[in-house]
Amino acid sequence: MSNDVFVLVEHRDGLVTEGTFEILGRARDLASQAGGQAVALLLSDAVGSLADQLGGTSILAVEDPVFAEFSPSAYHAALVPIVTERAPLLLLAPNSGVGMDVAGGLSGSVGLPLAAFATSITIDGGAPVVSCQLYAGKIEARVRFRDGRGICTVVAGAYPASAGRVAGSPAVEHVTPPPPDQRVRFRRLVRPEAGDVDITREGVLVSVGRGIGEQENIELVEALAAALGGVVSSSRPVADAGWLPRTRQVGKSGLRVKPKLYLALGISGAPEHLEGMRDAELIVAVNTDPRAPIFGVAHYGAVADILDVVPALTKRLG
Amino acid sequence: MEFIVLLKQVPDLAEELEIDGSGRDLARDWLSYVTSEWDEYALEEALQLRDLAGGTVTCLALDTGSVDELLATSLARGADRVIKVGAFERPPDSHASAHAFAAALREVRHDLVLVGVQAIDDLDGQLGPLLAAELGLPHVSVVTHIAIGADGSTVTANQEYAGGVVAEFEVDLPAVLGVQTSREAPRYAPVSRVRQLMKTATIETLEAPADGVGGLVVESLAVPVASGHAEMIDGDAGAVASRIAEILAERGLVRTGAAS
Repeated sequence: MSNDVFVLVEHRDGLVTEGTFEILGRARDLASQAGGQAVALLLSDAVGSLADQLGGTSILAVEDPVFAEFSPSAYHAALVPIVTERAPLLLLAPNSGVGMDVAGGLSGSVGLPLAAFATSITIDGGAPVVSCQLYAGKIEARVRFRDGRGICTVVAGAYPASAGRVAGSPAVEHVTPPPPDQRVRFRRLVRPEAGDVDITREGVLVSVGRGIGEQENIELVEALAAALGGVVSSSRPVADAGWLPRTRQVGKSGLRVKPKLYLALGISGAPEHLEGMRDAELIVAVNTDPRAPIFGVAHYGAVADILDVVPALTKRLG
Repeated sequence: MEFIVLLKQVPDLAEELEIDGSGRDLARDWLSYVTSEWDEYALEEALQLRDLAGGTVTCLALDTGSVDELLATSLARGADRVIKVGAFERPPDSHASAHAFAAALREVRHDLVLVGVQAIDDLDGQLGPLLAAELGLPHVSVVTHIAIGADGSTVTANQEYAGGVVAEFEVDLPAVLGVQTSREAPRYAPVSRVRQLMKTATIETLEAPADGVGGLVVESLAVPVASGHAEMIDGDAGAVASRIAEILAERGLVRTGAAS
């Protein structure tokens, strides 16, 4: 048993993800407060260059060809004995597909409690206290772990990645993996086809969500985008419905954008969406729900039906 | 092939959520509940896969006292069989749910178990990986594009990452998958058909333990205070449009010649 804070390293295409650096920075602070150290859990076929990206960090490395790419079953089989034997104070994982698989699997198998959708983690009286966003960000829960130890999946953007990037050389301890569990086998990475426009490079985004109602109404926002010299983007439901291409989707599973102007039309502002657009320079939101979380990040807001506001605005800009 | 879908209800976010007197739970007396959005996708995907590969779709829901309509709706949408599991006085957490569903699935044949990837009240983690760990099954979260392998002993599924990148996995069955979205929007079940099925359908029951614990101690719930709040624009749609046009013009975000 230790007061170490473990961090699951998520990597893809030979690069450690941004979400990993966000939690690694926080792990260092928490570990120093708790009297332990931050330890990165790195599973890879080639530990070297990934370890270098982590700078002066303690690393527990599992090196095996089976870890060339993420596999939920292979990671689970390798990590259960490590977490069981070393019993860290905390294990932090990004709230991504990878993090959900690993954190949930470990909680179920090792018996450590799990706090999901964590937005803030502090140490109080030697034990972690975690704030979690529930109900699409409408409620915040403050929780502790029954025995003072546990696992958190941390939402993107909760902490700055810059704090996780430190200079120095990693201290790597290699751990021999148990026989691999290959019931989930990686086949390939599929990348999105290049879209007609790159929304990450546009200065003005007119973004639509569920509030658009029907596919026919997309042309209303196309007209507004044209009047503003911008392009149309969307939240997830509009892309899922096939009303706009996936390459226009802003948010956790879409793209992270930072335009000069982000018009959020009929977008309630679920945490997964806010993750992709909260850094826009100017955010103007129109939504029929006065309690929509989008108004918490927008600079200007109006409670109105976008089907009324959009044509009126287009006319005024024409 | 035996497809299993695990369903639950969550508070309807269209209504305002309030915190009860203890400060540690929602005021649930007047809450209205809806089926968890991602569970709807899991059911739709199971129905589509059954129609392609053959087999049966069985829906399970923990009995929290109000799931008959949910299960009747599942039948109306095309599920073959529905089962109420255990008996719970209040909605159990994800660990307790996983424990109860695991007990039920030891009694019910299953090749592919589909769950919603997450729910809005998943404070102690997501059901899928917890259930898979308890049953010793492989699991993948955040999946789309599920396809049954040629010999029926595997599936392929895509796990979504940021930026639209996905990993394609091949998974040995039986397995648990956390569904992010379905290939088509969840189908509609006519209300009249649901009402009829509520009277005539067979809803099976299975006993299950209610003693699973997540190990989280909730100290308090709060309505988060946003670090900022938008400056709100009042008035009708015309007034709102005029004010937005003004704001954009002030910031030089309107193309030359427009908006005066």
